[in-house]
Amino acid sequence: MGSISLQHVKKSFGEVQIIPDISLDIKDGEFVVFVGPSGCGKSTLLRLIAGLEDTTSGQILLDGEDMTKAPPARRGLAMVFQSYALYPHMSVRDNIAFPLKMAKAPKEVIDQKVEYAARTLNLSSYLDRRPRALSGGQRQRVAIGRAIVREPKAFLFDEPLSNLDAALRVNMRLEITELHQQLKTTMIYVTHDQVEAMTMADRIVVLNAGNVEQFGSPLDLYKKPANRFVAGFIGSPKMNFIDGSEAAKHNAHSIGVRPEHFTLATSATSDAWKGKVGVAEQLGSDTFLHVHVEGLGLMTIRTDGDQTFSHGDDVYLTPDPTRIYRFDAAGLAI
Amino acid sequence: MARTVPASTRIGFTALAWLIALLLFSPILWVLLTAFKTEAEAIAASPTFLPQQFTLENFAAVQDRSDYFKHAFNSIVVSVGSTLLGLAIGIPAAWAMAFAPTRRTKDVLMWMLSTKMMPAVGVLIPIYLIFRDLRLLDTLQGLTLIMTLINLPIIIWMLYTYFKEIPVDILEAARMDGAELWNEIVHVLVPMAVPGIASTLLLNVILAWNEAFWTITLTSGRAGTLTAFISSFSSPQGLFLAKLSAASLLAIAPILLMGWFSQKQLVRGLTFGAVK
Repeated sequence: MGSISLQHVKKSFGEVQIIPDISLDIKDGEFVVFVGPSGCGKSTLLRLIAGLEDTTSGQILLDGEDMTKAPPARRGLAMVFQSYALYPHMSVRDNIAFPLKMAKAPKEVIDQKVEYAARTLNLSSYLDRRPRALSGGQRQRVAIGRAIVREPKAFLFDEPLSNLDAALRVNMRLEITELHQQLKTTMIYVTHDQVEAMTMADRIVVLNAGNVEQFGSPLDLYKKPANRFVAGFIGSPKMNFIDGSEAAKHNAHSIGVRPEHFTLATSATSDAWKGKVGVAEQLGSDTFLHVHVEGLGLMTIRTDGDQTFSHGDDVYLTPDPTRIYRFDAAGLAI
Repeated sequence: MARTVPASTRIGFTALAWLIALLLFSPILWVLLTAFKTEAEAIAASPTFLPQQFTLENFAAVQDRSDYFKHAFNSIVVSVGSTLLGLAIGIPAAWAMAFAPTRRTKDVLMWMLSTKMMPAVGVLIPIYLIFRDLRLLDTLQGLTLIMTLINLPIIIWMLYTYFKEIPVDILEAARMDGAELWNEIVHVLVPMAVPGIASTLLLNVILAWNEAFWTITLTSGRAGTLTAFISSFSSPQGLFLAKLSAASLLAIAPILLMGWFSQKQLVRGLTFGAVK
């Protein structure tokens, strides 16, 4: 079991308020991602759940039990750190065995669990090495192994992939997702990368300045963003925002159109926005066009990779009228 | 491009370094040579450099008159004992200051250091009276205690500096892995800080070994260490330079050898953290 409930959790460091007031309910077995720009309080929130920071006020319940004041060792959670935080003076075997030794497990149980974790994570041939003799990806696996053997109520991941190179990151992303499907244990995963959030999460918590902007499934967030912040943060490339008279035509303070929701033409059509191509980023499968639209500014358009454009080409853009997002003056979705 | 230093500058600096090193070493060299001279040669009006008549009689005389091995034993007990006691207090203290600081931590650290700036003689009377009343005068326990107390600020400061270099993530990982405070310190912090703890230990053994002021004032016959041993030769027989040299050489030889063999560790320890 591993349900986690935050009730009016607040956190300040001295005078600085990091988390004004957050309440969240995370179900047992859920994969929840905390995402947001740096400094939004996502790591602090994770550390509050872990018990590495004390809450200023509010309650943290694990499986319905109040753990607000419990030290990290007693909460039954496991954490994987961005820096891996392996014990440099211990072999891989001892690193993975450490939580079991702390729990005073019998030696046979320790050996058995370490072997099992090492097999699951492809670490069997490295068990006697020290962490410094491992690559980044292997270190990350050891950190995960150390977390698995405890059979925790929930796993907490603090930006675990940000020190890895791009190719390895995609691999580890899949491995962690698969691990979740295998173990079915609650996982909370902190990242600033919305692609990680979209691809891994059952539900995403979008944080901004210590507040929950929206909590929902990835597609919910993509299709029905609650406000302009979420609309801009989820989706890649970013949504284009238009203010002023063009927005007023749609009875909104501002409107948003995702790069993939445009029809593109090379000759003038009625109602189309005229623009000039600034930069064309050709990815092969897609091409991202950065178009200077007259009177509206720079917009990003996603087209399929077979079309070729170059700097200075005239293009005409028509937004899909059913997929225009409208926002009021406060930035809330209408 | 790598910076090039002209040969003349290099030779100049090398010569200067040797000159300073020799100047610092010369008193020890003088003691070493004098210890093997006869008393007459040692106080001769026109001094000789090397002993003209090589003799070991000074060492025999010193051992005859006083008990070198008893004093050496006392030195070992006090320096090792005070260092171990200091580490036992200093490691948890430095942990708290490095990993659980409060707003007052910096002030406490500075205050502790400031006690080292106070002249020891300023507290001589109160300490002497306390020791007398607690019957600690001329006891190894008393001397170990005072040596621990006077070196504790340095022990805590050194450990604090090393501990600051240890990523707090690793200690937090231990907490998440179910380690209570004791296990966190014993199984994670201490093994990672071994180089720092070792150099703190070495430096404090040396400091305690060389300490003279408290040793001489608080001990007489029973608990005297090697510094008291030397001083017992200096006052009543001030003119017997060869014997004084022999006594000094015997007193400093063990610590000199220890310093020599551990110099790599000491230098590494003392410059630790200076260049990250």
